[in-house]
Amino acid sequence: MSPGGGKTIVTTYRIAIVGSGPAGLSAAAHAAKLGLSHILLEKTDHLSDTIYKYQKGKHVMATPSQLVLRSPLDFEAGKREVILGTWNEQTAAAGVNVKHGAEVKSIVGTGAPIPGSVMPIVSRNRDGTTSTTELQRNAPPYRLTLVNGEEIMAETVIMALGTQGNPNLMGCPGGNLPHVQYQLDDPTEYTDEHIFVIGGGDAGIENALGLCADPAQNNTVTLINRTADFPTAKDANVKALMAARDSGRISIMAEANTTAVEHGFITVETRDGEVRARCDRIIARIGSAPPRSFVEGCGIEFASADRLAFPKLSATFESTAPGIYVTGALAGYPLIKHCMNQGHDVVEFINGNLDLKPADEPILEAKFAGLPGKRSVAEWLEYLRTSVSILNGMSSLQIREFMLDSSVKRYAQGEVIFERNAPGSSLFGIADGEVAVEVNPNDPSITVQIGAGQIFGEVGLISGRRRGATIRAARDTIVVEISRNAALKLMSQVPSASREITRINTERTLLQIFKSGLAPADLVDVIANAKVETIRSGQAIIKEGETGDDIFIIRSGSMVVEKSIGGKPVFLSYVPAGSYVGEMSVIDGSARSATVRAAVKSDVIRLAGEPFRALLAAKPQLLDKLRGEMASRTQLNNFVESKKDSFSGVVDMYTGVANFLVEQGLGEATDVLLIDEKLCVGCDNCEKACADTHDGLSRLDREAGRTYAHLHVPTSCRHCEHPHCMADCPPNAIHRGPTGEVYIDETCIGCGNCQRNCPYGVIRLDKTPPKKPWLLSWFLFGSGPGPGEASHKWAKKHDPAYAEKAKKAIKCDMCSGQEGGPACVRSCPTGAAIRVSPEQFLGVALMNREDR
Amino acid sequence: MASKTQASRAMTGKAVTRAPRDTAHEGFLNHKRGRWAKVAITLSVVALGAYLLTDPVPRHNGGTWLGYLLGSIGAGMIVWLSLLGVRKRVIGSKPFSLKGWTSAHVYLGLSLIVVGTLHTGFQLGWNVHTLAWALMMIVILSGLWGISLYATLPERLSANRGEVTQLQMLEAIRTLDRQLDIAAQPLDADDAALVRMSLEECRIAGSLGQRLSGNYANDGNARALATIIEKVMTGRRTGRVDDRLAQIEFLLERKEAALAQARRHIRMKTQLELWLYVHVPVTIALLAALLAHIISVFLYW
Repeated sequence: MSPGGGKTIVTTYRIAIVGSGPAGLSAAAHAAKLGLSHILLEKTDHLSDTIYKYQKGKHVMATPSQLVLRSPLDFEAGKREVILGTWNEQTAAAGVNVKHGAEVKSIVGTGAPIPGSVMPIVSRNRDGTTSTTELQRNAPPYRLTLVNGEEIMAETVIMALGTQGNPNLMGCPGGNLPHVQYQLDDPTEYTDEHIFVIGGGDAGIENALGLCADPAQNNTVTLINRTADFPTAKDANVKALMAARDSGRISIMAEANTTAVEHGFITVETRDGEVRARCDRIIARIGSAPPRSFVEGCGIEFASADRLAFPKLSATFESTAPGIYVTGALAGYPLIKHCMNQGHDVVEFINGNLDLKPADEPILEAKFAGLPGKRSVAEWLEYLRTSVSILNGMSSLQIREFMLDSSVKRYAQGEVIFERNAPGSSLFGIADGEVAVEVNPNDPSITVQIGAGQIFGEVGLISGRRRGATIRAARDTIVVEISRNAALKLMSQVPSASREITRINTERTLLQIFKSGLAPADLVDVIANAKVETIRSGQAIIKEGETGDDIFIIRSGSMVVEKSIGGKPVFLSYVPAGSYVGEMSVIDGSARSATVRAAVKSDVIRLAGEPFRALLAAKPQLLDKLRGEMASRTQLNNFVESKKDSFSGVVDMYTGVANFLVEQGLGEATDVLLIDEKLCVGCDNCEKACADTHDGLSRLDREAGRTYAHLHVPTSCRHCEHPHCMADCPPNAIHRGPTGEVYIDETCIGCGNCQRNCPYGVIRLDKTPPKKPWLLSWFLFGSGPGPGEASHKWAKKHDPAYAEKAKKAIKCDMCSGQEGGPACVRSCPTGAAIRVSPEQFLGVALMNREDR
Repeated sequence: MASKTQASRAMTGKAVTRAPRDTAHEGFLNHKRGRWAKVAITLSVVALGAYLLTDPVPRHNGGTWLGYLLGSIGAGMIVWLSLLGVRKRVIGSKPFSLKGWTSAHVYLGLSLIVVGTLHTGFQLGWNVHTLAWALMMIVILSGLWGISLYATLPERLSANRGEVTQLQMLEAIRTLDRQLDIAAQPLDADDAALVRMSLEECRIAGSLGQRLSGNYANDGNARALATIIEKVMTGRRTGRVDDRLAQIEFLLERKEAALAQARRHIRMKTQLELWLYVHVPVTIALLAALLAHIISVFLYW
């Protein structure tokens, strides 16, 4: 091409776009439309490789639905083939300059060295050590060198290469066996196999659904998810997954971890213990990491050293290398619509339109309206991201998305942010100002200050229990309130935030439990050795008779304490989240006096005994406090043992009943309806009272449910600490109310997710019947259906619109707002029905049941 | 209305105290450690003491000051006690304990034996006044019957049903019926007629007499089972067992067991309600007789 031979004369493009995914494609199409000189570099022979590699016929979703699409390319939810077809057509029509087979190896500035712009690159070596090299950034134009040696010059570069191609690998033994794969091109390829899909993100769910879509393929498909919820997956995917599970096409193992892979088998640890199952193929979709070293080599700095961190970007998506812009998944945003908008926006920015506002601007503007400081949305976002430490690791794009789910509020000095015992599971970050924590309920003047940048409320988030202390604004303060869902997303996307929350939670939990004038400084040694461990249901953390001096703090879930008496395990007590066990051995050095095992899957903080003993030596007050509590525990032990001698049957019964209740989910309950079947005459007045106080629909089924020793746990809400029903509610209509009740508000769309997610079957879908005639007219003249729930037939007859009404999810709301408390309990004529918290019931009082 | 509840429920960060509730695990007879038993005993002792310590002329009857007092108390109590039926059905949102009401109903009702009888001054005869007393005694005795049932039956009811609901019991019987229907297809006409007898002439609950006696020997399923057992036994003796019949026998036996469980359940539920069919109508008759008694006393005075 070059007449002179030896040297190639290169044109300098205005924009070079690396990667032809949604962001790159959209950017290129927009550049073409604006008539900017550009080149789109794609390493494969087709456009948009990530979507190209989606399963055949995959339905691609266009979330978030409220976001306006700005790209010159069209995009609507639909089949993969249709979307790719549209894009190919429109890219060609727009006259985009595409170069296929162009994999970029390096990007280097060819201008003068930028003074002071030296970037340290830390690389981790295999042996765990790190080495640091320094990179001097040069001014544009940039030279892009391709793998085949070709060179391309460009004034600006848009990095739109996504994160595909660097999947996270399985870390367990056997993870490198050949039947473990990280990609599923065609789900119809496999038949008659036992396939495990690992990962509850969109990729994992879609692969799993693809594999089980056609029953003729006869695959046995199991999805393994690390947590109980699917916080990172799209709602529609989760719904489809639940539907597939309910129809028996797929099994889901939630709260499960793969511990080993062998030929033909997989070993999975679940909350109910370890399971080894037949397995012919594993598809691991456990996320992917950005191709960091290449990106860093271009002079682009990342937000933190964390493996999953994202590049530092300005509000115009410009990286630390001037003229290099980063968009799409690499920038921290995986949704197609956002990527396409970014592609469009970044070309606008390069073209000089710096006033362009992002598409979600109006939603955020409303959130920041009324706050002092007159900041723009971008300034607010940057301000919050830099001021609140746990948000530091977020990209500016992530913080945008995050703020859509959160709120910012200003509190005047002395104003209460939340009170002790208020229920609440949101997390707060202090952007500016200071708050005072009233650590002593009896003396509000004793406070601990938490300053700007810090967080509070994390105990409520993690344990699901009520707020432990009242918190006021110590001076005028601006706080970000992060909803539980947004906090869970933050913890799963930004690992540094997750670790920080854990560390603060450990420290605060310790301070709150041990009080006695401890300061964070006293706890440094203890916390340095603290470990958070996840204990599956039934697993023991302390075994009677063993030696050991670790102390455990129960962070979430609950434990039961058992003692072996006469060769049989006898239930001693129930330990809720926020309590500690194991201190006896530290104090008196004796062997463990009882066994402590998890009632439900729980998180505990393990504290080593040695630093703790040093702390006790330094703080005699704390020792006294622990001695006092130890005395009451010893008393309980002695009491149970004395009972054992006189009425062994009573103690057996007590243990049996306690174990039964724990099996029935009391370990995660906050409030549960129990029926003593020695008193229940089956009049169903409880159900009638429930219906009469709740729009004519009963929220409990007295007769259904399990029974042990005449103690019946009917089908009625347990108001769990971490409600399963809340996990996936599209309109976010399920909340915890001010008295601790979990309720569904009127925005319910009747999708039934909560009903499917509830392990206790206490939610049903039904429509509100018309109002009944006055009770007296039924009493005297027999008009209307009488007390209790009216039949569908009656409702149909008396409300012409009934048949057309939509069904909504209904459940117990603990009769909140009713002065008399739960109607089921008030209306029980014999005293058979009681509503109690597990701590109230799983105590010694239970033992006196037989004496009654 | 809905928006108001919503607003009051929104998370404000405020600790809202939960409405007080009765979490004491004690039955209606022990409610508040027998508070109403103590009240009733005190009332009875005071009434009896006043009766013994006073000596009106010409004699104790409803017309003395004590008689009027006891009569007024008794009439007031009867009216109040009969309001339990209303209280039970009007739930509302205000605090009350139906258990407390039941407890008071039981003990104060029992004390009426003393109060009401002392009011008569033991002047009983064949008149409307004694009718009211007699009806009151019937109501109280039927109430005692009810208490004894409430004290003993729930435990047996619970033991019989295990973790099965009434609907599930009936569903189990229907399932067995479907299986019987299928299993009867290859049978000859005589044997099929037996299965039809079980399907068509079997009544789960039966008449009130059957419900109470528990005797269902004449029921379709029992008769069909008896005949089939005989046939199968005959087959065994001759060494030619018809497998199809053995299968029918097995299903009929299972159905008989399921029927027995459901019938025990229904029987106990019937018993728990039956006494109310005496207690409630007689109460209404008592209220009428009481009215007649009061009117006649004041009319003929």
